[in-house]
Amino acid sequence: MTTLTTPVGAAGPRRRAQRRRRAIAAAFVLPALLLLGALVVYPVLFSVGRSFFDATGTRFAGGENYAEMFRDPATLTAIRNSAIWVVVAPTLLTGLGLVLAVLVEKVRWATAFKLLLFMPMAVSFLAAGIIFRLAYEEDPDKGVLNAAVVGVHDAFTGASSYPSARPRDDQGLREGPDGSYGTAGAVPPGRTVNLGLVGVPPGEVPARAEPASTAEAGPHELRGAVHLDFTPGGGGRPGAIDAAERGLPGLTVEAVRDGRTVATATTAADGSYRFADLPDGSYTIRLPAANFAPPYQGVSWLGPALVTPAIIGAYLWIWTGFAMVLIGAGLSSLPRDALEAARMDGASEWQVFRRITVPLLAPVLTVVFVTLVINVMKVFDLIYIIAPGPVQQDATVLATQMWLVSFGGGNDQGLGSALGVLLLLLVVPAMVFNVRRFRRSQS
Amino acid sequence: MSATVTAPPPSQPSAPPPPVRPAPARRPGGRLRRLLGHGVVQAFLAVVGLVWITPVAGLLLSSLRSANDNAASGWWTALAEPGRLSFDNYTALLGNAGITRAFWNTVLISVPTTVLVVVLAALAGYAFAWLEFPGRDWIFLAVVALLVVPVQVGLLPVAKLFGQLGLFGTIPGVVLFHVAYGLPFAIFLLRNYFADIPREMLEAARMDGGGEWRIFTRLVLPVGRPALASLAIFQFLWVWNDMLVALLFADSSSQPLTVELQSQVRQFGSNIDVLAPGAFLSLIVPVVVFFAFQRHFVQGVMAGSVK
Repeated sequence: MTTLTTPVGAAGPRRRAQRRRRAIAAAFVLPALLLLGALVVYPVLFSVGRSFFDATGTRFAGGENYAEMFRDPATLTAIRNSAIWVVVAPTLLTGLGLVLAVLVEKVRWATAFKLLLFMPMAVSFLAAGIIFRLAYEEDPDKGVLNAAVVGVHDAFTGASSYPSARPRDDQGLREGPDGSYGTAGAVPPGRTVNLGLVGVPPGEVPARAEPASTAEAGPHELRGAVHLDFTPGGGGRPGAIDAAERGLPGLTVEAVRDGRTVATATTAADGSYRFADLPDGSYTIRLPAANFAPPYQGVSWLGPALVTPAIIGAYLWIWTGFAMVLIGAGLSSLPRDALEAARMDGASEWQVFRRITVPLLAPVLTVVFVTLVINVMKVFDLIYIIAPGPVQQDATVLATQMWLVSFGGGNDQGLGSALGVLLLLLVVPAMVFNVRRFRRSQS
Repeated sequence: MSATVTAPPPSQPSAPPPPVRPAPARRPGGRLRRLLGHGVVQAFLAVVGLVWITPVAGLLLSSLRSANDNAASGWWTALAEPGRLSFDNYTALLGNAGITRAFWNTVLISVPTTVLVVVLAALAGYAFAWLEFPGRDWIFLAVVALLVVPVQVGLLPVAKLFGQLGLFGTIPGVVLFHVAYGLPFAIFLLRNYFADIPREMLEAARMDGGGEWRIFTRLVLPVGRPALASLAIFQFLWVWNDMLVALLFADSSSQPLTVELQSQVRQFGSNIDVLAPGAFLSLIVPVVVFFAFQRHFVQGVMAGSVK
C-alpha cells in the first residue's frame, strides 16, 4: 500500500537525499582528485606517450628511446650505478641497523644514541651533500677524512719530512738514480761528514730543530750533521755550518759500503748523526729517497673510481638511524622469554643473535630492505651535490641521468621520458610489497 | 609488527637474577666475559656516535671560521684556538639579499604546502573512509597506486602545463606540484587512520543530527590528531628539504634556500664561508622540529618511508 501511494513523495526525498550525500562526498574528495588528475595522472600518461617520440617530439620513434637507453654509454653507466646503489646501500644499511639496534639495547644511553643517529634524517640532502663535500675534501689539511687516513698512514710508515730539500750543486752530494743523495767520495771511519741541504722553506723546518752542531769523530766512527745550509739574511758559507744554521732532525742517514747499507741512523734535533763501531773500510754517506718523497696525500674520494662508494657513505650517514630505529621497534616486540631461556641454557650472545634474534626479525628486516630500495632508487640530490662537475658522469644514476638528459643540456625529452618510465616501472614491485604490508599492519 | 607485546625494559646488568630459579649452570668466567663484552660494546657505540657527529661538527666549525682560515687549514685546527671563531659569516649571510629571500621562499613554499596537503588529504581521507559514493573503493585504490609515481616522471609534463598556465617559475607552481605529489601518501595514511575510528562513534554523532562537516571538524579531526601531526611534520620536512622540484619549477626570484645554495656548490672550495653557514641555516629548522616533536617526527618519517 505505502509503496503504491508514495512513489513520488518518498522516492523524491530519498533520491534528493542521496544526491545531497553524493554532492557532499564530492566536495570532500574532488579538490584532491582534481589535483591528482592534472598533476600526477596526466603527466604519467604524457610521459609514457612522450617516451615513444624522438628528441624534438615531432616524430614517432617506437621503442627507439628504450633501445637507446641500453646503447648510450652514459645511460648504461647510470643503469650500472643504480644497480650498485640498489644492492649495496640497502644491504649495508640493514646490516648496520641490525647490529646497532641489538647493541644499543645493552647500554644506558640508548635514547641519546638513537636520537643522534636519527638526526640526519631531518637534514636535507643538500646540507648533507655540503657536509660531505667538506669531509671528502682531498687536501689532507682540509678534509677530515683524508686527514685521518694520512695520520694513520704516516703513523705506520713514518712521514717523510723534507719533500723539497736538495743539496747545493758542487758541495759533495750527488743525486742517485732512485732519488737519494749520497756523498761523491768514500771516507774511512774517523771522519766528520757534514751534509748541507737547501730548499727547505722556513715553515717546514720542525720546531724542535736546534742550531746544527757536531762533535769530532772518534777513530771507529763516522759522524756529522745534516744542516740547512742557508743563513737567513745571508752571509753564510756554502758547505759549512754557520752560526745561524739549524740542523734538520728526523732524517734517515745510511752508511754504505760496496753498495750495501751497513748502518742506519736518524738525525737528532741538532741534525747530528753518528755511526759507531764501523769496521775499517771506506763508506759513502747516503740520505735515502724516502726522506724526500712527496708526502702521502690520502685518498681521492671524489675521483672517478671512488665517487659512488663515497656518496653511498654519505647516504649511510643519513639512513642508518632509520634502519636502526625500525629494526629496534621490531626487536622490542620479540618474545623476551625465548631470548632469556636461550641465555639461561648457556647460549652465547652470538648464538642468541644468530639463531634466535635474526630469524625472528626476518620480516622486519625485509620491510627495512624494501623501503630502502624504493628510496635508493630515487636518490638524486646527494649525487647532484657531492659529485664534482667533471666526475658527475661517473657518479650518475637513473634519477640524475633522467635530469641531465631532459634538462641538463641533453635536451632529449624523448629519452628523458623513457628513463622516467623505467624508474617508475622499477619502483612498482617494491611499492606493491610495501603497500600490502602497510595495510596488513593497519588492519 | 601488529602484535606489539609490551616489552619489559632492557635487562639491566646490575639487576639481581630472579630468586625463584636455581642458579643456572654458567660457564666459569662468563660474568667477567660479559662485563668485558659490555665495555667493548660501549666503546664501539661511542666510536660510532663520534663518527656520526664529526661531519656536523665540521660543518658548524667551518661556518664559524673566516674564509682565509678555511682556505689555510682544516676545521679541526679551530679546536686549538676557539678564539678565532666568530659569527661574522652569519652576519654576512643575513645581509645577503639572495640568501634571505631564498630563506623566506623556503618558508613560503613549505608552510602552504603542508597546510594544503593535510587539509585536502584529511577531507579526502574522511570521504574514502566513511562517505558513500559510487566507485569509492576503486578510486581509493587508484590513488594508492599513484604512490609509485616518482617525482621525476612529473617534471617534464607539468613544466609544460605550468608554462601554459603562467605558473612556471612561481611559488604557487612549486606549491601545487608538491601538494599533488604529497597527496597519494597523505590520503593513504589518513584514510587508514580514520577507518579505525569506531563506527558507533560516528553513528552516534550522526544520530545527534551532526552534518558531515560538523562530524569532520568536531570528531574526526580531533581523533585523528596524532596522524595529522605526523603527516604534517613529514610533509613539512619533505618540502623544506626538497631541491629537485624547486630546481626546475622555481626561478631566481622564487627559489628556496636549497636551490640558491646548490648554485654555489659548483665553485666549492672558495666559498665555504657562504656554503657552510647557509647549509647550517637550512638544516637548523628541521633539526629543531626534530628535537621539539621527536615522537611525531619519528612516526612521520617511519610512515612516510613507504613513499
